Amino acid sequence: MEFLLSSAIGLLTAAGVYLVLRARTWPVVLGLALLSYATNLFLFATGRLVLNQPPVISASAAGYTDPLPQALVLTAIVISFGMTAVIVVMALRSFFENGSDHVDGKAEDAA
Amino acid sequence: MNHWIIAPILLPAIMAPILLMSARYDIVLARVFSLASTVALLGIALALGSMVGDGQILSYALGNWVAPFGIVLVADRLSVMMLVLTALLALAVLFFAIDGGDRDGRHFHALYQFQLMGINGAFLTGDFFNLFVFFEVLLIASYGLMVHGGGPARVKAGVQYVVINLVGSTLFLIAVGMIYSVAGTLNMADLALKVPQVAAADQALLQAGALLLLLVFCIKAALVPVHFWLPGTYANAPAPVAALFAIMTKVGAYCVIRLYVLAFGEEAGAAAWLAAPWLLPAALVTLTLGMIGVLAARRLGQLASFAVIGSMGMLLTGIALFTPQALSAALYYLLHSTLAGAVLFLIADLIARRRPGIDDQLSPAPRFAQQSLLAAAFFVAAIAATGMPPLSGFVGKLLILDAARDNLQATTIWALVLGTSLLAIIGFGRAGSTLFWKSTAQPGNFPAPATGNALALVAIGLLLAGNVALTLFAGPLTAYLEATAQQVFATHRYIEAVLGNTVLPGGLL
Repeated sequence: MEFLLSSAIGLLTAAGVYLVLRARTWPVVLGLALLSYATNLFLFATGRLVLNQPPVISASAAGYTDPLPQALVLTAIVISFGMTAVIVVMALRSFFENGSDHVDGKAEDAA
Repeated sequence: MNHWIIAPILLPAIMAPILLMSARYDIVLARVFSLASTVALLGIALALGSMVGDGQILSYALGNWVAPFGIVLVADRLSVMMLVLTALLALAVLFFAIDGGDRDGRHFHALYQFQLMGINGAFLTGDFFNLFVFFEVLLIASYGLMVHGGGPARVKAGVQYVVINLVGSTLFLIAVGMIYSVAGTLNMADLALKVPQVAAADQALLQAGALLLLLVFCIKAALVPVHFWLPGTYANAPAPVAALFAIMTKVGAYCVIRLYVLAFGEEAGAAAWLAAPWLLPAALVTLTLGMIGVLAARRLGQLASFAVIGSMGMLLTGIALFTPQALSAALYYLLHSTLAGAVLFLIADLIARRRPGIDDQLSPAPRFAQQSLLAAAFFVAAIAATGMPPLSGFVGKLLILDAARDNLQATTIWALVLGTSLLAIIGFGRAGSTLFWKSTAQPGNFPAPATGNALALVAIGLLLAGNVALTLFAGPLTAYLEATAQQVFATHRYIEAVLGNTVLPGGLL
C-alpha cells in the first residue's frame, strides 16, 4: 500500500508539474488540479497509513488513525475546488479579452 | 479571555457580506460602510496596541478549545503593530479608491474588506493551518481586486498571478504536511517545543518542510528567485489595489520573522537558525536586482514595482541577520517601505490619468494638470524610497547598516546597500526629471481632467505624512520597536502565553 500511494502521489505531481509548465491555460488548469490531488493524498499520508481504525475515541478501539490530516484534507479539497473554479473563469475571461488562450496572451503561432 | 483579539478578523468578515448584499447598487452607501469599517479597524488595532503595550502577550482560544488542540489567535507587539500598519494603509488607500477607482468594476469594497480580513487573520493566527486558510482568504480577495476594472493586459496578468499563487498554496500544504508528519502539531508555540526533540532520523524531513515553507513565504515576499510575479502583477493592478498589495509582501516577511525565530531559532537544536544561510544571500540579490530594475524601468508603475522588490530585499537583509537589534531596524524599515511603496503606485496612477495615450511611460510629454503638485509629491516619495536624508528611508537604512556591523558579511552588506542606494537615486532622479522637467520643453498641454482628484491627493498626502511622522518620531518609535524585537526573540514568553494555561487531559498523552 505504501508503494502504491507514494507512486501515485509522485505520478500525479510529475504530471501536474509538466502540465503547469505548458504554454496554454487549459493544460495549466489541469496541471493545478492534478497538483492539488497529489497534495491532498500527501496530506492524508502525513497521519500515517492505518487500516480499519477509528479516528475518534471509543472504548473498544485497539488503535486509532490520526483524525487531524483528514480534517486538513477536507479544508484543502474545498479550497482547491473553489480555486479551480476561479482559475477556469479567469482563464476564460483572458481568452475572450485577449483572443488567445496562451498564458502570456501571445498570438496563436507562439504555442 | 479578551475578545477584542478576534475583532480585527470578525469586523471585515461581517462587513463584507453586508456590502455585498445590501450596498451593491448604492456606491455611496458602500463607501460609507467601507470607510466606517476601516476606521473602526484602526481604532480596534490601536486599542489592542495599548493592551499589549506593556509587553503582555494575549492569546485567544477559538471556541475555548485549549491550545495545542484548538486554534489560537495570538496578539503580541509585533502582530498588533502589523495590524495598525494595515489599518492605516487601508484607510489612506480607501480614500484614493473612493475618488473614483472603486466604480470601475463591481464589489470593490466587499473584496477590500475580505482582503483586510485575510491580512489581519494572517497576522494574528498562532496556528499553521489557520495561517494557510487566512493566506487563501487574502489571496482569493486579491484575485478579485487584481482584475478589478478588467482589460486584456490586467486579466492576463491576473491569470498569471492566480496560477503562481495556486502553486504557492500547493507548496504551502506540502510543507505543512511534512512538518506535521514529523512534529505532530500545527500550533506554532507547540511546534517550538517539539522541534528540539525531533529525532536525528527525522531531521531531514523536518528541515525540508521548514525550508519549503520558507520558499512559500519568499514567494509572498517576492524574494529572488521567486520574484517574477511581482512586477507584472503590481504594474497591471489598479493603483489602489497595488498600493494595498504593498502590505501583502510584508505578510511574507512577517511569517518569516514569526516562524524562523520562534520554532527554528536558537532553541531548535539541529535545526537552529535554519533560514539564515538561505535568506541573507537571497535578500542581497533581491536588493541588487530590484534597484537595477528601478534603473531599467520604462514606466513609473514598473519603477514602483521594482522599488518594492528592492525594499523587500533590504527588509529581509535586516531580518536575515536574526539579531534583536537588526530585527528592530528591519521593522522600522518595514513600516517605512510599506508607506513609501504604496504612495509611489498612487502617484503613478494620477500621472497616468493626466497623460492619456502616453500614460506613465518615462518619456517626455507635454505638461499636464497639477504638475507641480504631483512633482512635489513624487520628490518627497522618491527621497523616502531611495533612503536619502532627511526622510524615514535614510533612518531605516542607517539602522540596518548599524545592526549589520558585527556580522561576518558586513562588508558585502554595506557595499551592496550603499551601491544599490546610488542606483535607486539615479533611477528615481532620471524618472523624475523625464516626467516633470523635460515636459516643460514640450509644446502644448494635456487637457485637465474633469476632477481635481482632491481625495486622491488627500490619500497621497496622508501616506507621505506617515513617512514624515516616522522620521519625526523615530526616537520613541525605535524604542518601541526594540522592545518588540526583544519580545519576538524571547520565545519562551510566547510559548508560555499560548500553552501556559493548558491542562493536558490525563491518560491521553
